Amino acid sequence: MLSLITFLPIVGMILILFLPKTQAKIIKSLTLAITGAQVIIAAFMLGSYNYTMAGINDPKSFQFIEKFQWINIANFPLLGNIKIDYFLGIDGLSIPLVLLTAIITFVATLASWKIDKSIKGYFALFLLLDTGMMGVFVALDFFLFYIFWELMLLPMYFLIGIWGGPRKEYAAIKFFLYTLFGSVFMMLVMIGLYFSTQIVDNGTKIYTFNMLAMMDPKNFVANGILSPLNPNNLRLIAYIALFIGFAIKIPMFPFHTWLPDAHVEAPTAISVILAGVLLKMGTYGILRICYPVFPEITHQLIWFIALFGMINIIYGALCAMAQKDFKKLIAYSSVSHMGFVMLGMASLNTIGISGAVLQMFNHGTITAMLFIIVGVIYDRAHTRGIYEFGGLATQMPIYTGFTTLAFFAAIGLPGLSGFISEAFVFLGAFQSTNIRVITAVSTLGMLLGAAYMLWTLQRVYLGQLNVKWSSLKDLDFREYAMLVPLSIIIIFLGIYPSAMLNLMNSSVNAMVKFMAEAPKVFGSLGSL
Amino acid sequence: MENLKTLVDSLYLLKPEIAISCVLVLVIIMDLIMDKNKTFLPYVALTGFIITAFLVVEQYFFKTSITQNLQKLLVIDAVGAFFKLIVILASCLIVYFSLISKEVKEAFDRHGEYYALICGMVIGMFFMISSADLIMIYLSLELVSLSSYVLAGFTKNSLRNSEASLKYFVFGAMSSGIMLFGISIIFGLTGTTNLLAVKSVMAAGGNSLTFLFASILIFAGIGYKISAAPFHFWTPDVYEGAPITITAYLSIASKAAGFALLIRFITLGYVQQIDASGAWQLVAGSIDWKKFFTVISILTMTLGNFAALWQDNIKRMLAYSSIAHAGYLLLGVVVLTNQGLSAVILYFIVYAIMNLGAFLVVMLIANKIGSEEIDDYKGLGYATPFLGVCMAIFLISLTGLPPTAGFIGKLYLFTALIEAKMIPLAVIAIINSVVSLYYYIRVLKHMFLTRPQNEDLVINTSFAEYVIVLVLAVPVILFGIYFTPIVNLAKNSVALFLQ
Repeated sequence: MLSLITFLPIVGMILILFLPKTQAKIIKSLTLAITGAQVIIAAFMLGSYNYTMAGINDPKSFQFIEKFQWINIANFPLLGNIKIDYFLGIDGLSIPLVLLTAIITFVATLASWKIDKSIKGYFALFLLLDTGMMGVFVALDFFLFYIFWELMLLPMYFLIGIWGGPRKEYAAIKFFLYTLFGSVFMMLVMIGLYFSTQIVDNGTKIYTFNMLAMMDPKNFVANGILSPLNPNNLRLIAYIALFIGFAIKIPMFPFHTWLPDAHVEAPTAISVILAGVLLKMGTYGILRICYPVFPEITHQLIWFIALFGMINIIYGALCAMAQKDFKKLIAYSSVSHMGFVMLGMASLNTIGISGAVLQMFNHGTITAMLFIIVGVIYDRAHTRGIYEFGGLATQMPIYTGFTTLAFFAAIGLPGLSGFISEAFVFLGAFQSTNIRVITAVSTLGMLLGAAYMLWTLQRVYLGQLNVKWSSLKDLDFREYAMLVPLSIIIIFLGIYPSAMLNLMNSSVNAMVKFMAEAPKVFGSLGSL
Repeated sequence: MENLKTLVDSLYLLKPEIAISCVLVLVIIMDLIMDKNKTFLPYVALTGFIITAFLVVEQYFFKTSITQNLQKLLVIDAVGAFFKLIVILASCLIVYFSLISKEVKEAFDRHGEYYALICGMVIGMFFMISSADLIMIYLSLELVSLSSYVLAGFTKNSLRNSEASLKYFVFGAMSSGIMLFGISIIFGLTGTTNLLAVKSVMAAGGNSLTFLFASILIFAGIGYKISAAPFHFWTPDVYEGAPITITAYLSIASKAAGFALLIRFITLGYVQQIDASGAWQLVAGSIDWKKFFTVISILTMTLGNFAALWQDNIKRMLAYSSIAHAGYLLLGVVVLTNQGLSAVILYFIVYAIMNLGAFLVVMLIANKIGSEEIDDYKGLGYATPFLGVCMAIFLISLTGLPPTAGFIGKLYLFTALIEAKMIPLAVIAIINSVVSLYYYIRVLKHMFLTRPQNEDLVINTSFAEYVIVLVLAVPVILFGIYFTPIVNLAKNSVALFLQ
């Protein structure tokens, strides 16, 4: 099941490579069919998902597990037997993101419909990217995770670089270098963890890349460089390196500068993917790897995670306020909203972490919608200057309706999904006493968020219509097809958030419990 | 008489060398007999190389590690056989490349000497890989060098070409002079040129500053062959000026032989014993090769990568990239363990495939557009999507990103470093590989991100070209996803190393 949803796009890619260039329609339809199939598979998984199984650090309670031996080399010098598993599985942390990925790629396929340059190449790369994203969320072996993580860099580079705007080359290489810089350190940490974890396999001890084994104190090697048993371990440094690798993806201040460039230059569909799914990989990685593999360090540094969350919230909002480019404004609003995720994670309690995961999902859908909205107006007017518009509400009333919905959801208006997750984040963060001041300051972000969103609404949609735009048409069918499903999700989760919260509840509980107990275990082992 | 008998008895160990000498003679004779018709010469060479390759494979499976025969001049073991295999397979591919290279075809009337010289290089490299004696090292090094000086200037049609040859010669003569000086000092100190004997004299307390100095002088000659900084100066000019086939050949075969020689030199001359865990224990009081190689390796890769950033000629860029890769390969030597050695071997398999692939695409493109400037690659990805995509695979692999074989190679090198707890070096190396992304991706940027200058340009690929490009591109992806075979090969090669 998970292999199917992950590798279906690769199959599609291979089919597309064999199709002739001229068959644009077939290529597009095929891509749509594949991403549609992904949504169906994801929905099916949701249907048969067992809400009571927790996952996190317990391999038995993961669902849809697929585990095969992938690499098996006996008696390698010094390393002993090398075994790497192909190990997939999902729990309450990953299933919302699997759903999100399926939905967002489907919508993004629709958003790519108007691509007219090298269609074959575009959709082939698009599907490759899809596999990479899906793989990151389902992999439970660090090695596999890393391969998927790196797999999506190259397609992303080309998608921005070939189909992007005027400064595409700069934006593409900046994205690539930033992310690679983060991920190579992840590789070193991965190797370090490999040498610190041993499991028993057929009676002999072997090193392993299995993430879940890395979370289990009884697997630590006495003298491994990242093992708590080793008094000279480098866990703190490794944690920071790994965290930065993920933080670049979030993107956390001060590593966020690639994001506005990438967003502004990327075509609409790619912006949708970038904001909708890619940013979540950073926070997902922190929750999936940094937290449970290094619980004691997480506790040490939790204040800084909250602090950077706060900086993201305030700084992103202030930057957004200063933008004249509509798309750049949305990009900075992403920075601000991802700050909420970090703040929620830093609370280390059930409400806060649930809020963070929910915020990941909600931000994915809301920002995707916002970028589509920008794309709609850019397609028609070929400009994104906020000050060049005005009064669009009279010219494009339905479009303005959708925009208002998305804007209000982003602000966090009660009744829409954004409200629930932000409220949960703040509820959770206030309960955590050591970050209370930070949380208090962060609430300013909600105010700033309302300010720049409403101000933008006023500048673009209200007031006097600029005569230049009096020929703009309202939404067409394809745009409805993109905006309606996202709107439904936003409203539905605003009214009935339990649908998503129940899904992640047992996993989040397990995680909070693990995080609360682990430092004792990890700490006492360290002094042995 | 007794000596002669041992010599004859151990002759079977030299089968590959004998075979390749026969090929050399055959090529020369046929070239002389068949005066005008030279089309079959490459096929003669190719057949000879393939036969030799089988003999090398046979040598690989000699179960016992045989040292100390052949008058203590040579060592025959699996590691040596592996490097010979790399050399001979690279030679086969280079002959194939030469068949489809426009540059080489234009010098049609001198094909005889071209293939004869390649054979000469192969013989030299084979001896280089197995030598255990300083004189043997020097002789084989010179044999390789002299053949390659001529090959570098083979096409004779441009000033660059002659410049390459001359520069190569001047730098080569200089390095081997330095090396010879080092050898003479060692001979003066110990009265022997055999590395094992030298080691025992050293272990008995014959150590001194002079000795240390002499070791570094000898390293100059080896460093020149593997183009390690600061002995790399010839590389960019020679790589740029030489015909592409020869550039590719130098970057793989000559480097493989150099690394084999380096490993041989260190293990025979300076390693007291290899303990059970596979760590190499240096002779007490010998030069601290660990520190020495750390410095050389950092210098080499940093210099290679940063200089490559500013290159506009793709051959020159790949030259600097090959310097950087020599730096990465040295990482495997730095740790002085069997595990490091297996990482070097693994990286060599991968490096040979991807680097040959990159040079092949450059050659095919140069065949069509007649240029090697990166600026002329604008939009080529649209003129020839096949070559464009394959180039992307090779370059991404050279950068070391998954899911390509280059990633697996780097992974094992870093694994060796981290296992040896050399974290700062690993960090420097990994930052280097991020830097390298910038210049590799620059080629792809020109190929795909910019529109072609000439929209109608279509580059057709012939069947022979398709085949050879795929032969190199497919393994890069395949070994990136399923790397058990190459890791096993690396493992088996070192299994019997000096034990």
